[in-house]
Amino acid sequence: MIFWIDIIVQGLLVGGFYALFATGLSLMFGVMRLVNLAHGDIIILAAFAALAIVRLTGLPPLLCLGLVIPLMGLLGYALQRLVLNRTLGRDVLPPLLVTFGISIIIQNGLLLGFSADSESLPIGDLTTRSVTLLPGLAVGLYPLAVLLMAALVIGGLQLLIYKTSLGAAVRAASDDPVTIRLMGVDNRHIFALAAALGFAVAGLAGVLMGGYTSFSPSSGPQNLLFGFEAIIIGGLGNLWGTLIGGVILGVAQALGAAIDPGYQVLAGHVVFLAILLAAPRGLFPRMAS
Amino acid sequence: MSLLETTGLTAFYGDFQALFGIDLHVDEGEVIGLIGANGAGKTTLLRAITGLLGRLGGQISFAGAPIGGMRAELLVKRGIAMVPEGRKLFPSLTVQENLTLGAYAGRPGAWNLEHVYNLFPILAERRHAAATKLSGGQQQMVAIGRALMSNPSLLLCDEISLGLAPVVIADVYAALPVIRATSTSIILVEQDIGQVMRVADRLYCLREGRVVLEGAAAALDRQQINDAYFGTMAAKA
Repeated sequence: MIFWIDIIVQGLLVGGFYALFATGLSLMFGVMRLVNLAHGDIIILAAFAALAIVRLTGLPPLLCLGLVIPLMGLLGYALQRLVLNRTLGRDVLPPLLVTFGISIIIQNGLLLGFSADSESLPIGDLTTRSVTLLPGLAVGLYPLAVLLMAALVIGGLQLLIYKTSLGAAVRAASDDPVTIRLMGVDNRHIFALAAALGFAVAGLAGVLMGGYTSFSPSSGPQNLLFGFEAIIIGGLGNLWGTLIGGVILGVAQALGAAIDPGYQVLAGHVVFLAILLAAPRGLFPRMAS
Repeated sequence: MSLLETTGLTAFYGDFQALFGIDLHVDEGEVIGLIGANGAGKTTLLRAITGLLGRLGGQISFAGAPIGGMRAELLVKRGIAMVPEGRKLFPSLTVQENLTLGAYAGRPGAWNLEHVYNLFPILAERRHAAATKLSGGQQQMVAIGRALMSNPSLLLCDEISLGLAPVVIADVYAALPVIRATSTSIILVEQDIGQVMRVADRLYCLREGRVVLEGAAAALDRQQINDAYFGTMAAKA
């Protein structure tokens, strides 16, 4: 019994990573209807950025967050303002093509700079520290902190979007990017801010992930896939749903891995497809189509 | 001096020319009626004035400064506000959030939430409702209130009576004298000629992207307007 509880709890904690992978993606899609195919690679880019900072300065990886998050935010703002805003319109294809291209550029750029080796961020004994929840049930301190961080980030974003005047402008720009201009709001700026937020969360996700598992320039697309699955399971446009979607995906993978290590990723996909069949709009749909 | 003046204004949608040299002026405190059939270019003209249309020819000046080619979000800060056709409220926002967003440009003036709620008391009751849950007339009040929140010196109203019951139209139009009293100039686009003639100082009639008739509302008779509107006779006042 405790074995299965343990499996489920471990999976739940991994779900925090998936939720963080998905949050930036969900935010950018929710605000701009922009599917960022480079999101997984953005996460990896952040992990490599932290790695480079660690190698250059010797700072502990988690302190690099203070540098990586604002840098990713700036990158997101610039990319949206200079490139992605120009791809938005009635046609859904241009943003897909452009972000697909960005994905390839990032992967190959990282290959050039860092080689194809797997890397990880040295976070010291944080890797092994654990908290005992029940007799016989201990959870890693680090993944627990990541899950809490995911909940905090999502809660913070919810507050920002639903309780502040900037959030009202973001929702309005998402509703109607033309009419919002009649209010004196530059929709291009609002979209760029949303992208900055999305990239900042991706930066957080990338560095946290780098401390937990190894990564290489080619691991982006898999993160993107897990992020997509978490979003679709939770329901488009619902950030809390995304958290729950990430957790469900994590638990499914953990249960699959417990049956046979080869089933880990497969079990996640199977559960995702099953939910998609049963509830095509996800478990907690918010957006009206 | 005119608050707004367009000289030879032209506008295009792609290869399609929608406006052919519009000369129009609006003086301070004036209410202008802009009439014309569907497709005459009324909405295009408003969109050109607000800066929502990119490709313009000719000149537009506002408060003595050229504004042709300026972006809409900057023109709001200079005092041009629009109540768009179809109201275009933000469905994700409550009534109050819609109104508050109208004040984003931060222009000082008489209009604030309290003043708008005094003008349309029903909105104060529904302030926390989602904007699109309101009746058509109430939504129109939100759209007008939202535009007023920017304290405009020129208010453009695009078919504010469209789709509303006559009794509701009367409610909405009852706000106009109050708005005028704040020395806001108004351009009123309407299909309902009778409605416009009651409130406007001067009329412009557009047909196929050209001004075909203009003059003081009191000096024009219905036959002249009908001829200009439908193009049944070459009309010039």
